[in-house]
This record gives sequence, structure tokens and C-alpha cells, in this order.
Amino acid sequence: MTEHIVKSYDTDLAHLNDLIARMGGLAEKQLADAVQSVFKRDADLALRTVESDPRIDELELEIDALVVRMLALRQPMADDLREVIAALKISSDLERVGDYAANIAKRVKALSLVPLVKPAHVIPRMGTLAQAQIRRVLDAYAERNAEKAVEVRNADEEVDEMYTSLFRELLTYMMEDPRHISACTHLLFVAKNIERIGDHATNIAEYVYFLVHGTPLAEERPKGDNSATVVSSPEAARKQGNA
Amino acid sequence: MEIVTDVPTSETVPGLRQVPPKITSTGVAVYYGDKKALKEVDLDINENEVTALIGPSGCGKSTYLRCLNRMNDTIDICRVEGQILLDGEDIYGKRVDPVQLRARVGMVFQKPNPFPKSIFDNVAYGPKIHGLVRDKTDLEEIVMNSLERAGLVGEVRDRLHEPGTGLSGGQQQRLCIARAIAVQPEVILMDEPCSALDPIATAKIEELIDELRENYTIVIVTHSMQQAARVSQRTAFFHLGEIVEVGETPQIFTNPGDERTQGYITGRFG
Repeated sequence: MTEHIVKSYDTDLAHLNDLIARMGGLAEKQLADAVQSVFKRDADLALRTVESDPRIDELELEIDALVVRMLALRQPMADDLREVIAALKISSDLERVGDYAANIAKRVKALSLVPLVKPAHVIPRMGTLAQAQIRRVLDAYAERNAEKAVEVRNADEEVDEMYTSLFRELLTYMMEDPRHISACTHLLFVAKNIERIGDHATNIAEYVYFLVHGTPLAEERPKGDNSATVVSSPEAARKQGNA
Repeated sequence: MEIVTDVPTSETVPGLRQVPPKITSTGVAVYYGDKKALKEVDLDINENEVTALIGPSGCGKSTYLRCLNRMNDTIDICRVEGQILLDGEDIYGKRVDPVQLRARVGMVFQKPNPFPKSIFDNVAYGPKIHGLVRDKTDLEEIVMNSLERAGLVGEVRDRLHEPGTGLSGGQQQRLCIARAIAVQPEVILMDEPCSALDPIATAKIEELIDELRENYTIVIVTHSMQQAARVSQRTAFFHLGEIVEVGETPQIFTNPGDERTQGYITGRFG
């Protein structure tokens, strides 16, 4: 697209882009650090992660203010309007990603007080997957690449399936030995937070698609989170037998 | 040049009676001497709707507007080709009286141009010369009715015999609209009606346009994108004498089909 006749308009839009990129980068790092702190049982890293969350919140406020200003002063139309609205929505999703990352890190202290359980090894894999999703969708946004965004949206199924499987495993573990309950419950929350981060990546993907094409992404996205239907019983535990 | 067609509207919903367009233009071209100012325009104007014509200066939108009530006839070097149908009838047909046409298809101009007469006489003039008046009471009713429909009656009720030129810009424009309404038009053409007005007067006219479309068909040429977005249901984008794109207003301003439309409405080229 060519430049606007009024150059300061382009400057504003570039600034908006830059803020999203910075916010996205921060959110991605927060997720990586949070997952790392759980895996390594690193209380210091966890604390630094929690303390860094306000920086993401500040960026959201800055983006909100810039969007409102641009709406009032520029009366954006067509693709410019979609840019501005998309930035508003995406910053909101990134702020939630930051919150979930901080929430994950908050559980490190509790987890370090109880013995490690076997299903915990899934967490870093899930975290890496979610991190890749965030990185890819931010690339899609920067490139204004709708195809890439759709790929991210479809790939969320893998994160969901990993979550459902982990959910099942954790239930089984809790059934087998009540001493595992604390660790498993915290890990369940950690896994849920990562799964939600994956969902936010798909939200961002949908806004990128809308930004590029001007119509919402219509098809139903594949959903793999079936944890809502998972139950466990002693019989089921014996049958599964730590498979 | 391919015209990007608009999305289905409620008019295409099954079961709903399909209303034919009020005005249909086919292959309309306009020449000023040798210069071709308008190139084979096809456009439907729907009844009881506001259609906005937008585009950069010199794109042909005002030229096109003036075709719709044969105002271009008054320009010597101007030649119009193609076909324009009003309710299915060719407005350039041999039996058509241009004066009668201009009562049916009224026009409001950029600079308010009330007659050098009283407020009352400004509005009364048209109905009188078109033979629409039975008697004095009838005339008063027509004038008051028109002033009311134009949203002006409250402000001028007590000074109907004062000169029209003594009103403010916004009031004068509404007087011109009342004058157009008084001869019972079906279509009202507006050529940048608010360009000379302040924001409040502009808003009043826009509100008036919204009310008027219940009973009239309105075509408005405007330089203001925001105004086109606010008042119209359909928008046609003209560029270099052609229609680039026409569609439902919300669609044109949120997701236009053509790069040139997008470039114009986002201020990427003049």
C-alpha cells in the first residue's frame, strides 16, 4: 500500500505496529521464562517473571490510548480502520497471555515444596508449542500474512490435544496416590494456562485474517480440548496402568 | 473497465417485492466539446435511498449529477450520450419537457441560492408557475408544509415576508430544499450542499436528509468522506470520468473491493 498523503498518519500507524511487536515479544519471553521456571523449579526466575508482568500491562494502556487518539483525530477508514481495531483487540489478547504467564510462574514456589511427578515433563513441551504459536502469529501480523494466521489457528488443536491428554494423566496420578494431589493440581492449572495462551494465539490469528481480508474468518476452528468430558476412576486407572 | 459489484442487499431476499431502481443510467457519456468528461457510466439509483457520489476533483461526479435532471442542457458545448431512465422512461425522450423534469428531479446547489424574494415567495414561486396551486389557502398550505419538511418552519414562521437572503447560510440552504420540495419532486439532487456551512448547520442538513429519504430519492455529491459515510446507504466512487466501484456504504468504507477506492478514502491519493 502506498503512503498516506499526510505523513504523520503513517508515523502513527508505524508506532502502533511497533508497540504490538514489543508487547508480543515481551509476552513470548514471559511465557518462556514461566515454563522454564516451572521445569527447573527456579524460584528466582519465577519471581522476576511475575515482577515483569506490569510492563506488558503498561504497553496495553499505551496502545489503547494511541488507538483512541487515532480514531478521534484520523477518522480511519477501510484498511486503516481495521488496522487500528485489530491492534486494540490484539493488545488485549497479549495482555492476557502475559497474565497467564505470570500465573504459571506464581505456582513455582508451591511446586518446589512437593515431590516432582512424572507428567510434569509434558509441561515444557506444551509451553514450547504455545510459544511457537505466539511467535508465528506475531510474524503473521507483522507480515500481514493471512495464510500464516490460518495455519496458527489450525495448529492450536495440537496444544488442546496435549492438554486433554495431560489432564487425563494427572487425574490418573491423583487417583493412584493422594500424596500427588498437590503437585498434580498445580500442574493442572499450569497446563490450563498454557492451553489458554494457545487460544489467545488463535484469537490474534483471527484478527490478522480480518485485518488482511476485511471479513471474519468464517470456518469453525478445529477444537481439541476435550478435557471437559474426561473422568477417571480406580478401574480406569488400573486399565490405563501408566500407559 | 470492470465495475466491482456490491454485496446482496435486503432487496434480494426472497419473498420481498423487488423494487426497480428509480433512475437507471446505461452507457452515459458526457463530452465538453472534444473532451470526454464522463465515460460510459452505468448506475442504478434506488428509490427512497440516499446515494452518495464521491471522488477527487474533476472525476465527473457533478457532471453525472447534472445529467439526471438535464441541467447539462444549459451548457452549450456539453453533449450527453447513453440512456437515463426515470421510472423506466427515457429523460431525453422527445416527449419529455425539461422544465417538468426539473420539478420531478429537483436540485440543491453548493452555494445556497435563494431568490431575491421573501421567504414565503421563495417557496411559493415553483408551485405557482407549475400550476400546482388551486387557491391562496392551498398555496399557504404547500409553503408551510414544505418549510416544515425542510425543518425550517419553526425558525421562520414569524418572518415569512422577510427576504430569504437575510437568513443564515444553513437556513438559506434549508430554504432552497423547501423550495425544491414545494414542487413535489420524486428525486432531490444535492451538489455538495454543506460545503459552505458550519458543522452545526451541516448536521441539521444531514438529519434532514435522513428524514427526507422516507419520501424522496436523494443523490448527493460530496467531498467529505465522513459525510458520505454518515448519510448514504449506497456510495459510488468516481475516478477520471468512470465509476470505479459502487456498493453499500458500510462495505465501501470498511472493506472496499478496489485498491483505487481504498486509496482515495484512506487519503493515500488525491
